[in-house]
Amino acid sequence: MKKELQVAALENGTVIDHIPSEQVFKVVSILGIEHLKTPVTIGYSLDSKKMGKKGIVKISNKFFEEDEINRLSLIAPSVKLNIIRDYEVAEKKQVSLPDSVTGLVKCNNPKCITNNEPMPTHFSVIDKENVTLKCHYCEIKIKKEDIILL
Amino acid sequence: MNRSFVSIADYSKEEILHLVRRAEYFEQYPNQKVLEGKVCATLFFEPSTRTRLSFETAVNRLGGRVIGFSDAATTSSSKGETLKDTIKMVSNYADLIIMRHYLEGAARYASEITDVPIINAGDGANQHPSQTLLDLYSIYKTQGRLTDLTITMVGDLKYGRTVHSLLTGMSHFNPIFRFVAPEELHLPDIYRQFMDINNIRYYEYTDFSPEVINQSDILYMTRVQRERFTDLVEYEKVKNIYVLTNAMLKGSRDNLRILHPLPRVNEIAQDVDDNPKSYYFEQARNGVYARQAIICNALNLK
Repeated sequence: MKKELQVAALENGTVIDHIPSEQVFKVVSILGIEHLKTPVTIGYSLDSKKMGKKGIVKISNKFFEEDEINRLSLIAPSVKLNIIRDYEVAEKKQVSLPDSVTGLVKCNNPKCITNNEPMPTHFSVIDKENVTLKCHYCEIKIKKEDIILL
Repeated sequence: MNRSFVSIADYSKEEILHLVRRAEYFEQYPNQKVLEGKVCATLFFEPSTRTRLSFETAVNRLGGRVIGFSDAATTSSSKGETLKDTIKMVSNYADLIIMRHYLEGAARYASEITDVPIINAGDGANQHPSQTLLDLYSIYKTQGRLTDLTITMVGDLKYGRTVHSLLTGMSHFNPIFRFVAPEELHLPDIYRQFMDINNIRYYEYTDFSPEVINQSDILYMTRVQRERFTDLVEYEKVKNIYVLTNAMLKGSRDNLRILHPLPRVNEIAQDVDDNPKSYYFEQARNGVYARQAIICNALNLK
């Protein structure tokens, strides 16, 4: 069977592939893609052999810094990035969980100082495998499924 | 270097032992004028008379002066001032800030926005490390050591921050823990995981039996706190379950001592007070010595 591209190819830029469908718009928001002025293609609920349904985001003429893309590991650790130059995959990247996360995740404890003062949140990643965060301030632990992004 | 005292988990075995020995020193020589000319602020955003008096006694015995407030209702924070602004302002006046706050993480945050050392006198349900140090000192003083002891904790093990902090502080000293609590108030999973990782032996019971008491060196009783319950029906169900009476101590070890962070409600019967194994009132006095040690440590005075 002829393989048909579901989304048009890029000349230069970044392809974020293997995004769980339900996380596509979170990926867009974490990377601030809605503020970019370059062409962006967002694929949602596409057929995937590996994942059943997946999402894909293609961003023209944009290359992200390592710590920017690592923020994705909190919500979609399985994503793969292809860096495209002149229609060729120049580099493949996976995301890895950072040791700490600042200003990205909301603390789930309403009595935490971070929810009551104008200040950034700060978590240390205490379990990289299962993605467990610990609030640097109130010390509560947050499991992956309870992570809420700011 | 910031020498703030925020959480007992920040302290190594050696640092804890150092503070305990300093507390012992201050018990022998409580009146030392090492804080002459220093101003200590006690900022109590949430009232706690016992803790505030203990800290202020410690400062006074060290020859320092105290400024502060005992209730946030009379301060600018009731006008919407941020904690940051209050701390920045007080940092201009004081050499040391002792603070109690109703929000969790407040002391850690305060320690990051000022160079003046912060002593955490309780941050919501999170930490109360000076209580932990006085508990550790009381154990050390009554048992002659901190190592290889069996500590039995009774009551509210779910919300009781003194329980969690004591568990953390004792973890360096090869303890055996026995936990006695109703199903609704048992120890949170994260502390079980913490003990598993650190190879600490522990046993859990729902029955408060003489058998458990008889195997203990320290009996740490806690109050089931009404304010921790959203459902008062639940509180009424569990509040009277774990009450220690004098008769239950018949077969206990000679070195057993009964500790309680106070205030007690009814979890220790009045007839225990006259038993020489009761120690909760002396324990409260140890708080002043422990706090003298903490204050001097924060100000780098040995």
